[in-house]
Amino acid sequence: MNEQGYDPSAPLVPSGNLRRRRLFSLLAEYAATAAAVAAVAVLAIVVYTVVSRGASALDLDFLIKGAPDGIGPELVGTFVIVGIGTVIAMPIGVLVALFLTEFAGNRATHLIRLTLDLMNGLPSIIIGLFVFGLLVNHKQQSGIAASVALAIIMVPLIARGSQGVLLLVPGNLREAADALGVSRWRAVLGIVLPSALGGILTSTVLSVARAAGETAPLIFATSVFDPSSYSLNPFEALPNVPVRVFQLSEEANPEGFAEAWGLSFVLVSLILFASVGARALLARSRRKLAS
Amino acid sequence: MSTAASPSVLSPAARSRIRSGQRRKQLDRIGDRTLFGICLFAAVLCVVTIVLIGYQVVDGASPAISRYGLGFLTDTTWQPNFGQFGAGSLIFGTAVSSAFALLLGAPIAISIGLYLSLLAPNGVRGIVAPLVEMLAAIPSVILGFWGVLVLAPFVQGTLEPWLHGKLGFIPIFGAPETTGASIFTASLILTIMVVPIIASISRDLFLAVPHDVQDGASALGATRWEVVRGVVLPSTAPGVVAASLLGLGRALGEAIAVAQVIGAGSEIQASLFKTGDTLAARIANQFPGALTEMHKSSLFYLGVILLVIGLASNLIAHWIGRRFSYDAGVVR
Repeated sequence: MNEQGYDPSAPLVPSGNLRRRRLFSLLAEYAATAAAVAAVAVLAIVVYTVVSRGASALDLDFLIKGAPDGIGPELVGTFVIVGIGTVIAMPIGVLVALFLTEFAGNRATHLIRLTLDLMNGLPSIIIGLFVFGLLVNHKQQSGIAASVALAIIMVPLIARGSQGVLLLVPGNLREAADALGVSRWRAVLGIVLPSALGGILTSTVLSVARAAGETAPLIFATSVFDPSSYSLNPFEALPNVPVRVFQLSEEANPEGFAEAWGLSFVLVSLILFASVGARALLARSRRKLAS
Repeated sequence: MSTAASPSVLSPAARSRIRSGQRRKQLDRIGDRTLFGICLFAAVLCVVTIVLIGYQVVDGASPAISRYGLGFLTDTTWQPNFGQFGAGSLIFGTAVSSAFALLLGAPIAISIGLYLSLLAPNGVRGIVAPLVEMLAAIPSVILGFWGVLVLAPFVQGTLEPWLHGKLGFIPIFGAPETTGASIFTASLILTIMVVPIIASISRDLFLAVPHDVQDGASALGATRWEVVRGVVLPSTAPGVVAASLLGLGRALGEAIAVAQVIGAGSEIQASLFKTGDTLAARIANQFPGALTEMHKSSLFYLGVILLVIGLASNLIAHWIGRRFSYDAGVVR
């Protein structure tokens, strides 16, 4: 061995080629870590800016008064629009998920999943054009039209999320129901849905968080409104947060910017709060179902 | 119960039990059918919605389609006041801003996916992964607003002069404009939007690579990078491509944030630091104040182009994804 240049007393450290390879590997690791740090840093910068510029405007008057002193009408309008959207989207989403897990054959499953993927990938501005053509053109803008647009965005999210949870419902629960002669619909309503309820609710909340900030469809559905007065009537254009932020950001007006930062702060905190909470709950209910 | 065959000898209580059982059976049949019916209805409703969306958008565009035909795609004049419309410069702006966003975003996102799946300690992964996904939860209008007031001045004052100074001999890094509104700024905003999408899908892909294959490579003396390069990336490549296509679809279709920062220019220019516009952003900017029916219809035509590109990229991603079996970037 020794005549081949092997020195057993030499320390075991990489040399030559191996050292280069290890160094390259290490650099790659650093680069990957740096990418993750950069993403988190961008999030931190955006959230910090929104909080530092938005929080100062915030007090009770700002939350309940109309423009130019406050953002009450927009908040209420967004709640109404998103609320109606959820009421439309949640049953449809859950039923589609039930169809996928309980009834659909292979081909139907494929078709529906493709449809949901396409709906999910559809640019939201296209949904805006659709809603404009269907509900606004030759009529008038309305909160309902905005809700329908948001519902189209939410349905695929709710359906795929619910499907994921429904698939986790233990098979032996269904088998036990079958063995007792329980009919399909009783089993679904009495056993499957209740045990998946937590997951269904959290994926609904996540989709609400996504829909609440959607702006593009609302430009078509409800953009001509009076931000100084409250309106609860969904059959007319409703003031809402995203479109107002968009409008204010297009005007070069410092007071408008201050109002927009305040709106952004409220919207971002609601959305982040909802999605963090929902994710925590989702993880818990999945663990419970999976165990 | 040997006399069950002849009902006449049954006690009244047993008879009513049988009758209620029959009623129950009937109710169950109705219940099963109803449940199936409404589930089917909901599923069909989704399919119908997609078809209707396509129909409405094409229908709205039909006056412009019949007037301009396919020449619309290459015509670069867009002058609503003179009734002249062409999508050429917008298609250019869309392609450039999305391509640049993907070029910048995909490597970053794949690196994040690698970090989260292979490098990060468990505790860190549990914190960083949701944070990266939270980046996707920030509404585009707020990201765009931040882009206008924070990112654009920084880009215009610092980043663009620096790039122009170092790389100015390449025409895409031309002289900075007076405002930060540019295709470059829009690309950066789009990068922020596509990274979380691609990162979370590729993380799931990398996590699914069997550990014994990786361990085998390590045992043969591969460094960590060589394991990634030789085992992890090749075995997940189609999925990563599909993830990037989903990100591309998102970038192509983003309207609001781009409309806020891109500056609504109408010319094709080599420099990334000039203003430009994209299909989606043009619709968002001009639709509310559209001058004529032809103006509106032309904006619908832009929507048709967007719809075709968006559907195509999603279909390809779905097709790859199905062959490769991964879960598309839907909330799970």
